[in-house]
Amino acid sequence: MRITLKNLKRDYGTLHAVQDVSLSIPSNKIYGIIGRSGAGKSTLVRLVSMLEKPDSGEVWYDDERVDNLSKKDLIQKRRRIGMIFQNFNLFSSRNALENIAYPMEICHMDKAYIKQRSEELLSLVGLEGRGDAPISTLSGGQKQRVAIARALAVQPDILFCDEATSALDPQTTRAILALIKEIQKKMNLTVVMITHQMEVVRDACDYVAVLDSGRVVEEGKVSDVFASPVSDVTKDFLSSGTNVSQSVVRWSTEPGHYTLRFRGQATDTPIISRVTKETGALFNIRAAGVQTVNGEDMGMMVLDIGPDEETAKIAIEKLKEGGIIVEATK
Amino acid sequence: MNQMMNLVLKATGETLVMVFFSTIFSLILGLPLGVLLHVTSSEEQGGIIPKPLLNSVLGRIVNVLRSFPFIILMIILIPLSRLIVGTSIGTKATIVPLSIAAAPFVARIIESALKEVDPGVVQAAKAMGSTNAQIIFKVLLPEAMPSLVSGITLTIINLIGYSAMAGAIGGGGLGDLAIRYGYQRFRPSYMVAAVLVILVLVEVIQIVGNKLSARLLASR
Repeated sequence: MRITLKNLKRDYGTLHAVQDVSLSIPSNKIYGIIGRSGAGKSTLVRLVSMLEKPDSGEVWYDDERVDNLSKKDLIQKRRRIGMIFQNFNLFSSRNALENIAYPMEICHMDKAYIKQRSEELLSLVGLEGRGDAPISTLSGGQKQRVAIARALAVQPDILFCDEATSALDPQTTRAILALIKEIQKKMNLTVVMITHQMEVVRDACDYVAVLDSGRVVEEGKVSDVFASPVSDVTKDFLSSGTNVSQSVVRWSTEPGHYTLRFRGQATDTPIISRVTKETGALFNIRAAGVQTVNGEDMGMMVLDIGPDEETAKIAIEKLKEGGIIVEATK
Repeated sequence: MNQMMNLVLKATGETLVMVFFSTIFSLILGLPLGVLLHVTSSEEQGGIIPKPLLNSVLGRIVNVLRSFPFIILMIILIPLSRLIVGTSIGTKATIVPLSIAAAPFVARIIESALKEVDPGVVQAAKAMGSTNAQIIFKVLLPEAMPSLVSGITLTIINLIGYSAMAGAIGGGGLGDLAIRYGYQRFRPSYMVAAVLVILVLVEVIQIVGNKLSARLLASR
């Protein structure tokens, strides 16, 4: 199901949590929305998932407007979406299986069907045999698996993940992301993933929107955004993903501080050495890293270029010819 | 001695009847009131149907009823007892003021138990398309069950105390026995026996309540 947001706005008193957000979230893809804490992510997901009404603007699921539904329609519509949360939000009064059964119970489905479907879902998320486990006996990863099964119980069109991996360790995060990806393909889901972790976007998402102070500052295919980020916020997120943080780089006293970005084939060529040979430019590498985004290698390097501005200029031209993005850093 | 045993047994039976029925009736009155108090509270406090005016009116009524000294409430409610059970003295008549006195207490206990329910869980239930009734009966009440059991235990123990006080105006039960025989007829052994039975009752109920609540928590 395709989701379209038009000029969404939501204020809390004087706080402009979401201001003028327009997005088009394609069907059957994993769409990441990334931002720092306080960027408005949580508010945005509450607006998109119909938990809250916007002050102005519209939310569309395919060709149906959903931000102004009547109470009755709203409840029906909510039953067609799934949602998972950072804190799992499972019912402690129910065991794993009964948690999964809940969304089907509230739709008054047939008891025998509920039982059978709950068991199916439990094995889908890799927890067969743990149906009668009390929630408190499950690990964080297992809890999120139960939550995913519960979210999928009614065969939703959309799955919202609100910081779904933020409370998990890196290994469990990868396992949960792999599960979400697998399920997304299997069930033809549109997944909207809210996160503050660039790794999550990198490892799981097809598209990404970067949110800052309630606005979308950058949007596009994950591989494109990673290869050539435009906004400062995005660049910041990217350096945290590669462990190359501009703030910890110790620049030399010489001028000429640059960030290089290269993708795909460019990561395989010894381009720095070649440019040195050809132009006599001197590179002083401060930090560097490579990461894989949707199967494509993305590299980043922070360096000084010397010995003088003239040579540096020629070297930068050469680098650009080699398909590398060069940004001057202050 | 034999006479005392008989009297104490009879009084214990009366107390149990009073406490049992007033617990039931106070729950019937207090449970919906407590749920209403919680769900109509502000969104920040976890209310799912915020109704500020209704909430503050209900809160006031509960507070006024709770601050009434029980002995005075009993006297005020004599006409009501007469209307409902046809008499204003005896065990049956006492159940009316006991229930009404305990109901606001029950309401507050239910309210505070429901407030402890994780708001994230309620939000999840809402996101899944639960109706308000489903949130109340399938989420809030079951999630709060261990605290509800502790709260009801507390209510029963309070009612035992109140029921003894009811003896002062001819309500029957152990309090009545202690006052009429122990105090007015100068027979301290009756007083001691009545107090001992009350102590045992309170202790047993507390232990059972704790066990029940702990078992509910352990299965989670």
